[in-house]
Amino acid sequence: MKLSEKELEIVELLEKHARLPIDTMAKMVSLSVSEVEHIIKKLEEAKVIVQYATIVDWRKVDGHEGVTAMIDVKVTPKRGVGFDEVAERIYRFPEVKSVYLMSGAYDLSVVIEGRSMSEIAHFVSEKLSTLDSVISTTTHFILKKYKHDGTVFEQGDQDRRIVVAP
Amino acid sequence: MQKTKTYVSDTVSRLQPSGIRRFFDLAASMEGVISLGVGEPDFITPWSVREACILSLEQGYTSYTANAGLWELRKEISDYLARRFEVLYDPANEIIVTVGASQALDVSLRAILNPGDEVIVVEPSFVSYAPLVALAGGVPISIQTSGKHQFKLQPEQIEQVVTPKTKALIICSPNNPTGTVLNREELAQIARIVAKHDLLVISDEIYAELCYDEQYTSFPAIAHMRERTILINGFSKGFAMTGWRLGFIAAPKDLATAMLKIHQYTMMCAPTMAQYAAIEALQNGAGDVEEMKKSYRQRRNFFVQSLNEIGLSCHMPGGAFYAFPSIQSTGMTSEKFAERLLLEEKVAVVPGHVFGASGEGYIRCSYASSLEQLQEAIRRMKRFLERL
Repeated sequence: MKLSEKELEIVELLEKHARLPIDTMAKMVSLSVSEVEHIIKKLEEAKVIVQYATIVDWRKVDGHEGVTAMIDVKVTPKRGVGFDEVAERIYRFPEVKSVYLMSGAYDLSVVIEGRSMSEIAHFVSEKLSTLDSVISTTTHFILKKYKHDGTVFEQGDQDRRIVVAP
Repeated sequence: MQKTKTYVSDTVSRLQPSGIRRFFDLAASMEGVISLGVGEPDFITPWSVREACILSLEQGYTSYTANAGLWELRKEISDYLARRFEVLYDPANEIIVTVGASQALDVSLRAILNPGDEVIVVEPSFVSYAPLVALAGGVPISIQTSGKHQFKLQPEQIEQVVTPKTKALIICSPNNPTGTVLNREELAQIARIVAKHDLLVISDEIYAELCYDEQYTSFPAIAHMRERTILINGFSKGFAMTGWRLGFIAAPKDLATAMLKIHQYTMMCAPTMAQYAAIEALQNGAGDVEEMKKSYRQRRNFFVQSLNEIGLSCHMPGGAFYAFPSIQSTGMTSEKFAERLLLEEKVAVVPGHVFGASGEGYIRCSYASSLEQLQEAIRRMKRFLERL
């Protein structure tokens, strides 16, 4: 099914924020409320919009952890900062959902979500393996989603801008 | 012996401090303010760009670069300008990497002005143009655009102020503070007048990436304008890199050579780490820019329509992230309106007159804030207007 630009925009907005009020959304995409309602109904009937799901941060709920790909990473710790520095370097990538320091055969466990296997492969080969401290990586694919279309579980950073600027 | 005189130059003594300052001080002292007064993106620089900078530091790239900037960055800028705006500049001698677009403006004006030369400034405008002209020994001559024309420069207005001493015209599209975009036809009309009077154009295109409704036209892409244009752009707005202070100049070789002399003696080069970050931004940042642009456009649509609904008449700005609604229906001055709105409802906006006389009767609202903040700001402004 080919969507118009407006339809696509509405789907993307709903995917990020399913509870966005229709009148606000109508203004954002420059359509009337009834036009937006009509589009949503049509997309629901066509099963383009399958379900309005709530993204839950299950990490906050005991016993409900889930991942897409888990990468075992061996690293060399640095004097003074230990594993923290390389861990931070890795967890700042938005596609990385979590980073754990592990006991046992490897050091860091990295959970990452990508659109495809090749995207994850690209991450591992281009971003992760190339870090100086990283000695080796082992990637396991698993089936639980962690981030939906750009919605990051962590709280966004506070606004650090000055109040008035030219 | 006690000092008996001021050591400050006459030129600087005559400069007025920026009108924005007063509001900054007032707003900064209050709690719970929703600020629509910020002239910068609400996005943080994309992580891949920040990471490239960190990497450059780790690798020890901390020395000066060539005066004009890293060769690799200039090549990327040249490719970017060709790809995005269809303008061609030689990275070897027509591009200079500067400390923000602000320094690019300063260098440009100092390179072209003899004492007493006149420079036409189209107002409402960014607050720095006229002071920078004065600091460079020139005389700023303002043109007042009108809300009636959505603040678009009318070509005949140039004719009305041009004199034998007129050296240059500064244009800014998309415009700060009005958000107005000049399309290809409008630029071509300006170009005809500019050519007729043999003027140079300083085209401040810092908001070029944030143009929402139509294909952006860069001024030097207009026929025969490249030879008489200094193109100024940078990374601050489109790439959300304000704090990095990185911009660039693209200009014909003779002008670029002149500007490079000033840049070399006053700045040496732009910060090295920021230049490495900028390479990453140009190589891999297009997707991030596109996402940010889409988000601004949606917020613009919401905010401008809401302003009109609550009774503040506002044209739909084609670019940047500013709405410039009229507050004339309230009978208040811009200053009074902004002050009362801040004190009574804790919403900070910038009174339009600080951007030039024709900004009186208007306020600048930045919609580079979260949707939730914009919704709340509209609620507060509605309440404020209903109470009047």
